Amino acid sequence: MCQVVEEYPDQLERADLPSVSKKCGKCKEASTAVVIRTADTYCRGCFKEYFVHKFRATLGKNRIIFPGEKVLLAVSGGPSSCAMLNQVQEGLNQNAHKKLRFLPGIIYIDEGCAVNQTVEERQRKVSELQAVFKAAGFPFHIMPLEQVLDLPNSVVVAAPSPSEQLASTYKAAVDHFIQAKRSNDLTAQDQEETSVPYVQESHTQRLQQLIGSAKTLTAREDLLNTLKQHLLVHIARSKGYSKLMLGDNCTRLAVKLLTSISLGRGAQLAQDTGFSDSRYGDIIVVRPMRDYSANEIASYNHMFNVPCVVIPSLNTKTPDRASVHCLTESFVTKLQVDFPSTVSTIYRTSEKLQTAGRSSISTNLCDRCLLCMCTMDTAVEKASAFQATQVSTQLSQAKPTGSPEQPTASGQCCSGAGTEGCGSGVGCCSSASVKTPDLKSLLCYSCQLTIKDMLSVEHLPAYILSEAQRRLRRFRMREDISEFLLDDGDEGGDV
Amino acid sequence: MAAPIAIHLEFGGGAELLFEGLKEHRVTLPSQLEPWDMKQLLVWIQRNLLKERPELFVQGDSVRPGILVLINDADWELMGELEYQLQDQDNIVFISTLHGG
Repeated sequence: MCQVVEEYPDQLERADLPSVSKKCGKCKEASTAVVIRTADTYCRGCFKEYFVHKFRATLGKNRIIFPGEKVLLAVSGGPSSCAMLNQVQEGLNQNAHKKLRFLPGIIYIDEGCAVNQTVEERQRKVSELQAVFKAAGFPFHIMPLEQVLDLPNSVVVAAPSPSEQLASTYKAAVDHFIQAKRSNDLTAQDQEETSVPYVQESHTQRLQQLIGSAKTLTAREDLLNTLKQHLLVHIARSKGYSKLMLGDNCTRLAVKLLTSISLGRGAQLAQDTGFSDSRYGDIIVVRPMRDYSANEIASYNHMFNVPCVVIPSLNTKTPDRASVHCLTESFVTKLQVDFPSTVSTIYRTSEKLQTAGRSSISTNLCDRCLLCMCTMDTAVEKASAFQATQVSTQLSQAKPTGSPEQPTASGQCCSGAGTEGCGSGVGCCSSASVKTPDLKSLLCYSCQLTIKDMLSVEHLPAYILSEAQRRLRRFRMREDISEFLLDDGDEGGDV
Repeated sequence: MAAPIAIHLEFGGGAELLFEGLKEHRVTLPSQLEPWDMKQLLVWIQRNLLKERPELFVQGDSVRPGILVLINDADWELMGELEYQLQDQDNIVFISTLHGG
């Protein structure tokens, strides 16, 4: 079963294929059109009901989106996010039961520069999408990825989450909303004519330089994802949205799960693939499409004419082994052909994952990865796998003279500099590499791997580098005065 | 001798990138002795329409895993997959589900 070239001679019995002459499994009237999960066959009408119901049930079951909240839909033009947009449209339109009750906005990030598209091609795709968004009727924003170079530091700082929105208050909030609605209708947000920000050629080049400095496609994909996430969060914050909806479907998340494990993101799996992700504090990322397989979405989009725009990405037309993600995707999809429960099994495993108990509010700033904003997983314990990799890295880098890399001897210089702390100047005065800080200590394991794959970190956007400097300075300062600090977590806490 | 069959082919979800970006193709399959089936259609497409990277569309006898095939708006699993015999004016859609988002 686990060979490279797999042949399945006739010993494997195929289950009786449902045929189109059979009737729909649900209504038993119309002829079947779609196969879901091998055994269930639905006709068009029942399939649409099933699809629509699942969306509302997923949102309703999780009780995270409160009525009247502003929710930002991240639409990439691909089938899943366009299906999500379509479902939100339907959900808000109807007067049926389980009507959706939030205020959506749309964001599209134009990453044409990372894929080396020409300006004309990018504009063409953008105008296609603009037509789709206008038809949807929600306020939309179109941002070129180059904006990421101008982000403020606050993006990589987790903001405190707003007052706890407990599930118990959900029902009360819904009732209150329904009563208020009776008096005045939900004023849908006006669609403002937002023009696409003009992109400077130099910014495009800088971004291309940045993406190009990553040697492998895996690192490039990871970097691009990180930058996109930062930009999405920043836009959500600046426009006043409290939730961000991503269109990841079941198949994609199953692939992401396996890919994450291969890339060392095991500690962050629950947040990367779960329904809700609260690593940013004030913005909660929600994945309402995670129950739909890619096939279901493709069938629905085709049957009900959901408009979507195909935009080439980093791994379009790449061979199977171009990156870890491509390889995993081809592995899962091939396995799915003969074992149709592959994706759902992986998905169900991801449902069981939960982040370990630490409350996000009390987590110290320095305990979060600089790039992916998840809790750090690099506290080195004795005899852990991580420590082993560190030891082997050190051994392989040990110089013959035996002197380890210049540690920033902050203790010596800065305390001697008088009353000023390390905050004076760009960085610590003794360190030679002032301009490009050593980011390793600020990153979780998998982000370290991404950075390792980059030729140099100097092309990273300014906000990342300056935040890194700031955290390194704080860390050194903390070390300096560590002997004067009271232990954390002592009782009483009197000065 | 079977008469030539007119087929309406559609490519979506990113699959059209392998066919010069054209999403719709109306083709006429030449007449031949046995009736046309899906397996032969795939060979025909590979020979006549596919402009680049055949390994991204076909794999062996069948389509690459990840490509959804709809025959007259019904999943091809319900129609017999590769053994389905084509009829005149059939509508076959190939949607790539790998280019998701």
